Amino acid sequence: MEASEKRYLKLSGLEPLVVTPESNFINVGERTNVTGSRRFLRLIKEEKYDEALEVARSQVEGGAQIVDVNMDEGMLDGVYAMTTFLNLMAAEPDIARVPVMIDSSKWEIIEAGLKVVQGKSIVNSISLKEGEEEFIQRAKQIKRYGAAVIVMAFDEVGQADTYERRIEICKRSYDVLVEKVNFPPEDIIFDPNIFPVATGMDEHRKNAIDFFRATKWIRENLPHAHVSGGVSNVSFSFRGNNAVREAMHSAFLYHAIKNGMDMGIVNPQMLEVYDDIPEDLLERVEDVLLDRRDDATERLMAFAETVKGNGKVAEKQNQEWRDGALQDRITHALVKGIDEFIEIDVEEARQNVNRPIEVIEGHLMNGMNVVGDLFGSGKMFLPQVVKSARVMKKAVAYLLPYIEAQKDGNSRSAGKVLMATVKGDVHDIGKNIVSVVLGCNNYEVVDLGVMVPPEKIIQTAIDENVDIIGLSGLITPSLDEMVYLAKELEKQNISIPIMIGGATTSRAHTAVKIAPEYSKTVVHVNDASRAVTVAGNLVNPRLLAPYAVSVRAEYDKLREGFLNRSKKKTFLAINDARKNKYKVDWEKYTPNKPNFTGVKTIEVSIDELENYIDWTPFFRSWDLHGKYPAILEDGVVGEQARSLFTDAKEMFAKIKSEKWLKATGVLGIFPANQINDDDIEIYNENGNVIGKFLTLRQQSQKTKGAPNIALADFIAPKDSGKTDYVGAFCVTTGFGVDEIAKKYEEALDDYSSIMIKALADRCAEAFAEYLHERVRKEIWGYDAGEELSNEELIKESYAGIRPAPGYPACPDHLEKKTIWELLDVEKNTGVILTDSLAMWPASSVSGYYFANPESKYFGLGKIKQDQVEDYAERRDISIEEANKWLNPNIAD
Amino acid sequence: MRDIRKELEKRILVMDGAMGTMLQQYKFTEEDFRGERFKDFAYPVQGNNDLLSLTQPKAIAEVHAAYFEVGADIVETNTFSSTTIAMADYHMEDLAYELNFESARIAKEVAEEFTRKNPEKPRFVAGAMGPTNKTASMSPDVNDPGFRAITFDQLRIAYKEQAEGLIEGGSDVLLIETVFDTLNAKAALFAIEEVKEAKGVDIPIMVSGTITDASGRTLSGQTPEAFLVSISHIPLLSVGFNCALGADQLLPYVKQLAQNTPFYISAYPNAGLPNHFGEYDQTAEEMQALIKTYLDEHVVNIIGGCCGTTPDHIKLIADAVKEYKPRKIAELV
Repeated sequence: MEASEKRYLKLSGLEPLVVTPESNFINVGERTNVTGSRRFLRLIKEEKYDEALEVARSQVEGGAQIVDVNMDEGMLDGVYAMTTFLNLMAAEPDIARVPVMIDSSKWEIIEAGLKVVQGKSIVNSISLKEGEEEFIQRAKQIKRYGAAVIVMAFDEVGQADTYERRIEICKRSYDVLVEKVNFPPEDIIFDPNIFPVATGMDEHRKNAIDFFRATKWIRENLPHAHVSGGVSNVSFSFRGNNAVREAMHSAFLYHAIKNGMDMGIVNPQMLEVYDDIPEDLLERVEDVLLDRRDDATERLMAFAETVKGNGKVAEKQNQEWRDGALQDRITHALVKGIDEFIEIDVEEARQNVNRPIEVIEGHLMNGMNVVGDLFGSGKMFLPQVVKSARVMKKAVAYLLPYIEAQKDGNSRSAGKVLMATVKGDVHDIGKNIVSVVLGCNNYEVVDLGVMVPPEKIIQTAIDENVDIIGLSGLITPSLDEMVYLAKELEKQNISIPIMIGGATTSRAHTAVKIAPEYSKTVVHVNDASRAVTVAGNLVNPRLLAPYAVSVRAEYDKLREGFLNRSKKKTFLAINDARKNKYKVDWEKYTPNKPNFTGVKTIEVSIDELENYIDWTPFFRSWDLHGKYPAILEDGVVGEQARSLFTDAKEMFAKIKSEKWLKATGVLGIFPANQINDDDIEIYNENGNVIGKFLTLRQQSQKTKGAPNIALADFIAPKDSGKTDYVGAFCVTTGFGVDEIAKKYEEALDDYSSIMIKALADRCAEAFAEYLHERVRKEIWGYDAGEELSNEELIKESYAGIRPAPGYPACPDHLEKKTIWELLDVEKNTGVILTDSLAMWPASSVSGYYFANPESKYFGLGKIKQDQVEDYAERRDISIEEANKWLNPNIAD
Repeated sequence: MRDIRKELEKRILVMDGAMGTMLQQYKFTEEDFRGERFKDFAYPVQGNNDLLSLTQPKAIAEVHAAYFEVGADIVETNTFSSTTIAMADYHMEDLAYELNFESARIAKEVAEEFTRKNPEKPRFVAGAMGPTNKTASMSPDVNDPGFRAITFDQLRIAYKEQAEGLIEGGSDVLLIETVFDTLNAKAALFAIEEVKEAKGVDIPIMVSGTITDASGRTLSGQTPEAFLVSISHIPLLSVGFNCALGADQLLPYVKQLAQNTPFYISAYPNAGLPNHFGEYDQTAEEMQALIKTYLDEHVVNIIGGCCGTTPDHIKLIADAVKEYKPRKIAELV
C-alpha cells in the first residue's frame, strides 16, 4: 500500500535525482538557453560546441541539479542543434550525470531531444494551447519516451493571467493527463506562468501573488504534481538593474517555495541570499510582489534609482523572518538558535491556547522536531543543537510559572533518563552534551552530575522511576566503576536499560566487560548524536524487546570474536620481556645536568598560553571531527566549526580580559636511576632516595628485533655509574571553571557552560605544552637550541617526552600519588586526587618528564598476571588491589 | 496459457542457461549452418547462431528441452541477434521477422509439451531482444563524441519488427536483455508499446541490464538506480541484471534494483568470470552456493544463468530455489 503512496518524481542522468517531500528546491540551470543567453546563442550559431559545453559544465558545477537546454531561435536549425548539443553533453560524464530539461516550444525539437537522452528527462513544455487532442497526443508520446513534463497554464483561449484561470487550466490539464493519458501524476510539473510585476500597469499588480496562490492551490489539490517556473521573468521591468533584480528573484522564490514551488529555472548568479537583502529594499520588493500598497511600484522604481548600477547596499542584519507565522517564527528561532524574541513569541502562543503546557507540546515541540530531524539527517550540527536547546530552555522557563499556576504538570515527556558521571570521575562535557541533546528531544533528564557513587545512582533510578540509566566516564578506572554498577543492578534485580558513553568507553569494553554482568540491556553510545536513537529504542515498549535482543546478539558476537582474537596473542613472561628491553647505549650517552633541580611553582598569564592551544581536540569535544585549521574549511562541518570557533574566540577574549582562569603549576626535576629494570629511583640533592616511580613493561610478543618497552628504559641504570634525571609536573587552569559554568547553567545557557569547560581543558593542555617547552629550553635546558613552531609542538617533534599516568604508556593511576608526594602538588597548586585518582579540578594535567633523546611515546598494551603480581610486590599492595587498578590492561 | 504473473506470486521462476555453449557441442560446420535453404548464400554464415533456428531447428528444440528437463520455467528464444541491425553483419537483414517468428514457435512448442506433461509447472517462452551491436548514446569514434552509429528511430524500427515476430511466434513475455546502453532499451520499449497498441495485446515485458565493470555502472555510464529510473515509465514485469559478472559480483547491483522498484526482480549471472582462455569454469555446485545468497536475502523472483551456464548449473539452481519463497513486492517499501 505504502508503495503507491510514495509517488516521487524520479529523474536521471547518469545518476538518479529523486524529488521527495524532503528535497530542497530543485534548481534548474538556465544558461544553456539561446533565448536567455546571448553568449550561448552566439556559441551555438558559430558551432563552438566546446565552449558551449563549458557553459553546461559550469552550471552543473555551480549546483544546477538539472540542465535546461533550449535551441529556439529563428536562425537556428533547432532539431540539429538540440541533437548535436545533447549528444555532446552525453559524452561528458560530469555534465551528463544530471538530468536534462528539453526546452522548446516546437514539438519536433522536443522529440529530437527525447531521442538522444538515455536518462529520464523533463520536457518543457506542453499545454492545451492547440487543443486537447494534440495535448493528449504529445503527452502520450512523452510518456512513451520516458520523460516527465512541464505543463504551461495555457489553453485554447490564451495564457492564464489570473488566479482563477491558472487553477482552471491546471486542473483541466491534470485531469486529462491522469485520466485520459494515464500519465503518472508525480511526473507532471505545472508552470503557472511567472509574469513581470511593477510594470506600471494595474493588471500586472497581482502577477506574483496570483502565482503564489495558484502554486499553493495546485500543491493542495492536484496530488503528487509539482510546480516550476522561470523566475527571471518576474523582474523584467528592472532589466539593467541587477541589485533590484537579484532581490526580486530571491524574494519571489522565498514566497513561491513557501507556497509549494519545488523546482525552478534560476540563474544562481542572479540571486541574492534572501537574508542578505537590505531591509528597505526587501520591504519595497515585497510590497510589489505581494501587492501590499497602491504605490508599491512607484516606491520600488524610485528606490531602484538609488541602488542602480553596481550598488550593492551594505549588508544588514535581516529580521524578515519576524514577519512569518507564529509557528514559523518559533521554529526559526529554535533552528537558528536565536533567543532574542522567543519570550515574545511564546507569550503570543500562550495567549492562543487554553493551557500554557500546550505551547510546549505544540509550538515548541513542533520546532524541536524540526531541529531533531535536521540533526538526524546531518543538516544541523551539535553546536547548533545546543544553541537550539538554549532557546528551548528559555522558552520553557518563561512558561513554567504559568504552568505551575495551573497546577497541571502532566507534560508528556518522551522518557526519563538518569545521567551521571561515575564515582571518581569529574569529566562531564560529554555527559552534558548528551543530556542537552536528550532534553532537546523531549526527554526528562535527571542529571546527577559528576563523581556519583553507585548507591546514589541506583537509589535515584528507583525513586525517580527512570526509563534509562546513562553512565559516563573519561578515565580508565571509570570503566570498572561501570562494571561494578552493572553487577549491583543485577544483584538488586533492577531491569532499567543502561547507556554507556564517554571517551574511554567502547563498544568492545561494553560487550566484553559490562554486558555479561547484566542480564538486561546495556548499550554503548558512540557519540551524542546517537543517544537519541538509542534512547528512542529503549523507551519504546514495542521496540525495546527486539532491540534488546539484537544488541545482545551483536555484543555476544563481538565478545566471542574479541576473546578469540585476544587468545591468539602470545605474551612473554615478565622476565623474558625485561631481557628484551629497549636498549639505550649508556656507554655513549651521558645525561645533561639540568640547570635546575628540586621543586618549583609556576604561574603564567592565560594570554601567554593562547599560542600553545591545540584546537583539534576542542572541535572533537563538540563532535566535529577534523584537523584544525583545515576543519574550518571543511565542506561538511566547516561552517559549524567556524561559528563555534568564533564563539570560542569570543569567550577566550573574556577569559583573558576578565581573568576568569588562572594558570598554576608545579614541577620538579630530580636525580634518578633505573633499578631492577622497571623502577626509577629518585634522589634528593644529597643522593638520598626520596621516591620511586614504578613503570610497567610491554609483555606481548613483538616482531623480531622490536623491544618490550617500559618507561624506565629511558633512564640510565644505577649500575651504569651515570647520574640521570627525571621530572614530574602538575598544571591546572581549572579553578573557577565550575562556578562560571554553573552561572551559565542557571542562565539556561548550556552552550556557554560547555564552552567554558572545553576552553579550560584546552588551556590546561596548552599550559602543559608551554611548560614542557620551558623545561626543555630553559629550566632543565637539555635542548636549549630548540626552535619549533606551534604545529611542530603539536606534532611532538621535540626531544624528550612528558607521558601522563593514566595514559597508554603508563596506565597506572597510582603513580599520581607518587607525583603528588614528590611535588607536594596539593599544597603548591590546590589540585587534589579523587578516590579514583582523577584530578580535581578537571582542567588539570600531570605527568613525568623524560629528557633522553631516544625516549618516545608507546602503548603498554596487555600485561600478564606474572607482572601484576610482581608489581603488587613492588608497590607493596595486595594482588587484588593491583588487579583492580591495572584491570583494563590485564590480558584475560 | 497460464499467466506468468500468477506463477510469480507463488514461486521463484528459473530461467535457462546459455544457448551458445550448448550449440558448440553439435560442432556444426558451415554446411550445417547453411542447410539446404542457404547453400548458395553469397556470404559465410557460420557463427550466426540465430540462423540455426531455420536450418537446425531440431538442435534448438533439444537445447530448450534440456533446460526444461532440469527444471527451468522460462527459456529464452534463440533471437539475441535477430534484429535487422545485428543481422546486417551476415547480410541477412531480410530474415529478421522470420528468425524471430520461427525461434519463438520452436520454443513455444517445446514449452507446451512440458506443460502438458506437468500442468502444475507451466513453462514459458521469453522472446529475447538483445542490445544489438551498436550504441545510441555513445560514439564509437573517440575523435567525434557527437557521432552516433545508430539512431533511436533505427533501433525502434528494428525492435518493432523483432517484437512482432516474437509475439506472433508465441512468446509469453518479451525480454529486453543485456542492456548496455539504456537508450537502446528505451527504443525497444517504445517499439513494444507501439506494437502492443497496434495489435491490442498486452504482453509482459522483462528488462535486464548488464553491469560491465567494477565501476558498478552500465557501459553507457548509468548507476543501477539511474538505469532503473530511466526504464520505469513502462509497467514492467521484471527488471534485473544479467551477464558480464559472476553471481557474487552481480548481487550488490541486483540488490540496488530490488530496494527501489515495485517490479519483480530477475538475475541471470555468468558462471563466474572467464578464465584466461575465455572459458567459464565455475562449477554448478559453486554457482549454486552463490545463488543461495540471493535466495537467503530474498532479492529475486526470477533466477537463471547466462554465459558458461549449462543444464547442470540450472538443475542445481532449480533444486535450490524450491526451498525458498519468492521476494515479496510488498516487502520492498
